[in-house]
Formats: sequence, C-alpha cells, structure tokens
Amino acid sequence: MARIIVVTSGKGGVGKTTTSAAIAMGLAKKGHKTAVIDFDVGLRNLDLILGCERRVVYDFINVINGEASLNQALIRDKNCNLLYILPASQTRDKEALTQEGVGKVLDELSKDFEYIVCDSPAGIEKGANLALYFADDAFVVTNPEISSVRDSDRMLGILSSKSRRAERGEEPIKEYLLLTRYDPDRVKNGEMLSLDDVQEILSLQLLGIIPESKSVLTASNAGVPVILDEKSEAGQAYADIVSRYLGEDRPHRFIESKKGFFSKLFGGKK
Amino acid sequence: MPNNLPVLEFKSSTFFAPILILFNNDIVGIEEALEKKVKLAPEFFKDSPLIIDLSEINKHSKEIDFVQITQLLRRVGFFPVGIRGGNEQQNQQARELFIPIDTVRELTNLIITDEKNKPEVAQKSDSQAMPATKQEAIHAIPPRPVYVAATLITQPVRSGQRIYASGDLVVMSQVSAGAEIMAEGNIHVYNTLRGRALAGVHGNTAARIFCFDMQAELISIAGDYKTSEDLNKQTYRNPVQIYLQNHALIITEIV
Repeated sequence: MARIIVVTSGKGGVGKTTTSAAIAMGLAKKGHKTAVIDFDVGLRNLDLILGCERRVVYDFINVINGEASLNQALIRDKNCNLLYILPASQTRDKEALTQEGVGKVLDELSKDFEYIVCDSPAGIEKGANLALYFADDAFVVTNPEISSVRDSDRMLGILSSKSRRAERGEEPIKEYLLLTRYDPDRVKNGEMLSLDDVQEILSLQLLGIIPESKSVLTASNAGVPVILDEKSEAGQAYADIVSRYLGEDRPHRFIESKKGFFSKLFGGKK
Repeated sequence: MPNNLPVLEFKSSTFFAPILILFNNDIVGIEEALEKKVKLAPEFFKDSPLIIDLSEINKHSKEIDFVQITQLLRRVGFFPVGIRGGNEQQNQQARELFIPIDTVRELTNLIITDEKNKPEVAQKSDSQAMPATKQEAIHAIPPRPVYVAATLITQPVRSGQRIYASGDLVVMSQVSAGAEIMAEGNIHVYNTLRGRALAGVHGNTAARIFCFDMQAELISIAGDYKTSEDLNKQTYRNPVQIYLQNHALIITEIV
C-alpha cells in the first residue's frame, strides 16, 4: 500500500507545486517508487516544473473517464526512473474530477508505488477537497504572512473533518508544516512573521523551512525540481524535509539569519 | 432548623438519583437489559445511586427477590439507595440491607394500600448512602433532571470550523481566528481563544465564557456581543471570564 501525501495550502502561490515536485523527486531519489499527481485540472503546471510538458499525451481526467490506462498516462521522469508524473488535464475543469474516479486511480497506483504525492490546487473547492480526501499525510505549505497562515489554518480544519480518514473515524491525517519563502533578515526587521508567530497559530509539527531563494524560480523555469540543485539552500532544505519525513533526524536550518561573520565573507548571497 | 451542636449540622438539600422501574421479575432479562444500558454510557452510570421501584411488579403480583436484585445492581455498578412501591416482605429485606424505604410515594399509590408501614420514616436506616432528606429527593425526580453532558473538544478548532454544544462546551486546545464555538451553556477554553465564542445561545443570560488567553474576534452571551475592537486592551491575552450583567458584558481577569 502506498502512502498518500497531499501538498496543500488553501492559498495560491505559496509553493505547493514547487514543493510537490521537489519532495516527489526527493522520495524517488531515496529509492522509493513515487507518483506525483497534478490535481489542478485546467491549470496544469506540475509538468512544467518537472520539465515533462512536451511528453504529455493522456492525463488524469482521461484515466478517470477510462479513455486511457494509467500506464499510458503516467510519465516517467527523465532524471529519476522511480518518479512518475500523472499530469492534469488543461482543457477541462475541476468538475471533471469525481471522488469515485480519484479513488480508483489512487487504489490502482497504490498497488505498485510506495508514495503518491497529490499536488492540490489552491482554494477549498472540489479539486482541493478531492486532493486531500484520500490522504494519509498532509504537507501544509505556508508563507510567513498572515493571509497564508489563516488559509492554512482553514485547510487544517478541512483536513481534520472532510477527509476519508475523518469520515471513517480512523486515525487522523498526519499534518506537517512546511514554511516556504522564509527570510530570516526580514523576520528580524519585523517585516515577516517569524516561525514562532506562525506556530503560535498553527501549532503543527514542523517538517522544514525553505528559505526565500532565487534558485527556486530558476529551477522552475528550467523545468528541474529545485531539490536537484544541491548547492542551493532551497534544494538542501527540501532534501532535509524528505529525510525528516522518512524518519531521519536532521536539525532545522535556515531559521536564523546568517548575517554576521559569514555575511562578510559571502556578502549575504543566497 | 438551627442546630447549634458544634460537631454536626443538618441541612436540607435535594438529591438527584435515577429510579429503576422493574416491569418483570426475570432476573436474567433484567441483567441483560441493564448491561446493555450501562454500555451505552458507562461513565454516566458508574457508581450511580439508584432507587428501585417495585410498584409495577407488585401491581401484577409478580414475585421478586429484593436481595437478589440488590446484588445484581451492585454487580453491574450501581448503588441502590432506596426502594419504593415494595411490599411488606421486600421492605423488610430492604431494611435488613440498610436500604431506606420511600413511603411517601406509596400514599398515592392506589394499588398497594394494604401495607402497615406507611408512617415509616425513610431515613430510619443507618445507611450512609443517602443524605438526610430523601423524600424530597424522590419528589424532585419525576420532572427528570435535564442533564446535558458537556461537550469536550481536544483537537484544535481551526479557522472555518463551527462547534455547537447543547450544554457546556469545554475546549482544551486553541480556537483559531475565523472559527466559531457556540454553546447553550457555558464555554471554557483552556487555551488561546482567537475565534468567536457565543455562550447561552438560547438565551441563557447566566452563561459565562472562560478562557485562558483572550484574543477573541467576538464574544457573545445570550445575544449580547462585543467585537474585538470593543474589547478592553487590558484583558487582551489574559485569562478572563465573561458574564452578563444588566445586558452588559463584563470581562474580568481571572487571577
């Protein structure tokens, strides 16, 4: 049985797709056969971030509607042969998703994958609800700003009440916090919420902090998950997150500003 | 009744206890039915005092061994503290077991009228199980005490979630901004309250809100409300209680 992870946030633009691509790649790189599904039907992006947009033939909706088999629709990643992508349909909308159809696809994937990463669309409508419905674990991606924190909080409420686990009265979804676009300098200046501020409201298990980093945009545009950029802080942060998720003990990084002795040497480069 | 004895004092008080009315003398059936009931709410019934009503049984002249019934009830987890509607023999058995006999009720009981023990005082026995004025207690029972269990929430109440309690509401975890908690009774939040809290929603003006860390968006008791803008900065982030006085919400710190 695969473990189903939903990457969710409520708010848009906080880094769900970047995170989905990075952790799916990270898990596959660690030797776990992983599938990543784009639930953002109509706004297909994951394939771009993973650089496989030119190989999309069939999509998630085709599989749900029985127009293609899973094997036809799954795209194997070029960088890692244990990673598969199930792209969203660009020509349809969220209404094309059905709980039964999504459940069937996940069941089938569960048979020979270890992890299934569901990249949730923003919002709290059908696409987002179906992305989280079958989840075992939830990665709640949050930016250090109040609207993102509020939306994450709302999402957590939905996770604890509208998932399959909640409906069946099973053990609840395990919720983890991923704080993205964190800038310790701006936190220090009081321009950004600190980790403590965020945790005061969300009080979640922190899986990792991804520092604001130029390499994220560069990697996205290049179609290479940022986790493969081992030199970048963001890449390292995602690698840490994958390791922590898999049970390794990694101290948290990127919370404090590195300004000081090192900033003199490196000029505060990120 | 002033009593100047220094060692003790008698006070009148009301005591609630459920009454078990037996319709049948089938001991096995009774045991089964009892266990079924207890299973539904073990905490509620655990060590509960109980008054045994035998009037239905005696109405149909069914034989029942009161000693056996008492033993059975104790085994299931009840504390039999009284008998009513019993016949001479059953009352005698009760007396031997130090279980008080309710006689007042029997005066109105048309079926069992041939008993001679009417004037008997209920608290004649040495039983310690029941406080002094037992008759009062039993009279208080027919309009059954409306007991609504408090609702306990241990998970965080997240933004957008709503919780409604028909009695008191006790929240052990935080209540996020954008969440709404409502209770017909009191609200206790043993954590940070950032959302909306509405107590006494059915008009109970005696309801109160207690919270450990007051940062609420809105508080209301029986329809009278205040938003965070109107809340006193002094009580912000402090443990407070909120109650209603002449249609004004009073917020005071709990030391």
